[in-house]
Amino acid sequence: MNAPILSARGLCKSFGGLRAVHEVDLDLVPGEVRALIGPNGAGKTTLVSMLIGRIAPDAGRILLDGADITRLPAHARVRRGMAYSFQITSVFQRLPVEENVALAARRRLGRDRAAVAGEVARVLAEVGLSAEAGRMAGDLSYGHQRLLEIAMGLAQRPRLMILDEPTQGLAEAEVAGFRRLVRAISADCTILLIEHNMDVVMALADRITVLDFGEVLAEGTPEQIRADPAVQAAYLGAA
Amino acid sequence: MRAAGLHLGLVGLLLAAHFVLPAYHHGVLARVMVLAAYATGYNLLFGYTGLLSLGHAMFFAAGMYGAGLGVRFLALDPGLALLAGVAAGALLGLAVGLLALRTAGVAFMIVTLMFAQATHLGILLAGRWTRGDEGFVLQGPERVVLGLDLGDAAIRYLAAWALFSAVLLLVLRLVSLPAGRVLVAIRENEERARLLGYDTRAHKLRAVVLSAAIAAAAGAAYALLFGYVGATFASVQYSILPLLWVLLGGAGTVIGPFLGTLLMFYLIDTASGLTPAYMLVAGLALVLLTLFAPQGLAGEVRRRLAPWLP
Repeated sequence: MNAPILSARGLCKSFGGLRAVHEVDLDLVPGEVRALIGPNGAGKTTLVSMLIGRIAPDAGRILLDGADITRLPAHARVRRGMAYSFQITSVFQRLPVEENVALAARRRLGRDRAAVAGEVARVLAEVGLSAEAGRMAGDLSYGHQRLLEIAMGLAQRPRLMILDEPTQGLAEAEVAGFRRLVRAISADCTILLIEHNMDVVMALADRITVLDFGEVLAEGTPEQIRADPAVQAAYLGAA
Repeated sequence: MRAAGLHLGLVGLLLAAHFVLPAYHHGVLARVMVLAAYATGYNLLFGYTGLLSLGHAMFFAAGMYGAGLGVRFLALDPGLALLAGVAAGALLGLAVGLLALRTAGVAFMIVTLMFAQATHLGILLAGRWTRGDEGFVLQGPERVVLGLDLGDAAIRYLAAWALFSAVLLLVLRLVSLPAGRVLVAIRENEERARLLGYDTRAHKLRAVVLSAAIAAAAGAAYALLFGYVGATFASVQYSILPLLWVLLGGAGTVIGPFLGTLLMFYLIDTASGLTPAYMLVAGLALVLLTLFAPQGLAGEVRRRLAPWLP
């Protein structure tokens, strides 16, 4: 097995008396699509927020390419090749679509206007938003804003992309488009995907990690997870 | 580029005005240009970065006293005094920025207001050197640089024009650069900007320092051109004024602060000739503005006619 791109060891986080994440270990292998699933309140968003650096863990360590990044601020982790797309759409509403993507590309490409413009065009074409380039991001439909989130992630050319519930609130047809998009992205990027839609998870994930009450309940391939009685009891219910 | 043309056009127009304006308006415009430079610096932080400071008078005063005390006690020539004023403002901006940026929103307003009050009181306490509220006058010979007397109306106008033009074009350039776009991104959604890999704290600190340095340059120029240094300029009134000018002219536009400063000056000038309650007129103007043009003059023009306006 390849050396992991991202490792977490013994991550803990409590909010007041609530133990949101407890002693979680996680290893992501380069190139894989890992799904993170679990019931509401299982600690999924808290866990990835610690991985990207939006909140600090109470205990534990996070390694990126073997280097300890536990104390690095979020922007420094992004500079090392991580990208994060928000669960609740967080685009620059009052800026044009192309400027949203350009902001993501410019951090890497700097003042090279031609390179930035080229990257913006490439990424917007990839997610299918080329026709919307000049519109205000806030005027886009919800589904298109979700796509814009992904585009902003892509423009950073990350090595590891964390997608927090990308299909939440999307229509059936849009979900199918998303599946194709995530599969295309996974060709050259490791993906950590938080997802409620089990069809999407089963279709995309190489491996699945199940979180329950802040702890890892199970980990394995989609087949193993589907067959795991503990997971069925905790999460899948009768299905 | 249309944007460059428009702003260079304003710069050219103001230069042409030097040759045609009657004496009274010529003097007014010199003063307005210095204050507009102050407002432009304020707007960099408020309009572009989204940080509302209620204490910018401390930076204006840092420039004014940095220059004024430099002339008085170190016998600096006006050129060096201007630099001393800018340095004083930038240093104060760095110190205040490091502390105040630990807060955001309303807390940032209160902390900057507090530091400005402390600066104002500090100037009064150091009355032995600053002469407190009374202030001091820079005498004729103290205001001569390279044989040019800054007290002369023509020289004064051209110096004010040079300062304002430099500040205007600097800010115009900055907001078109990637670093300037990041400030707008921070204003719009700081968390998103951070997660695009931008060190938003460092960007905000740079914006505070640059905004303070521009305010200080205006303060230093005011002292040198109009020959008076006084604690009134460190009072809370001079922190509120640039906010009003920027709101009137259009926050987050390059040209707005100048328009706001100019308009407010003539509004108050005209109103005070008609009624002693002239601030009531200024208040009414702001109420109307909030109702009908909440984005300010240039902001409305951008929204309705010229979306390309920087």
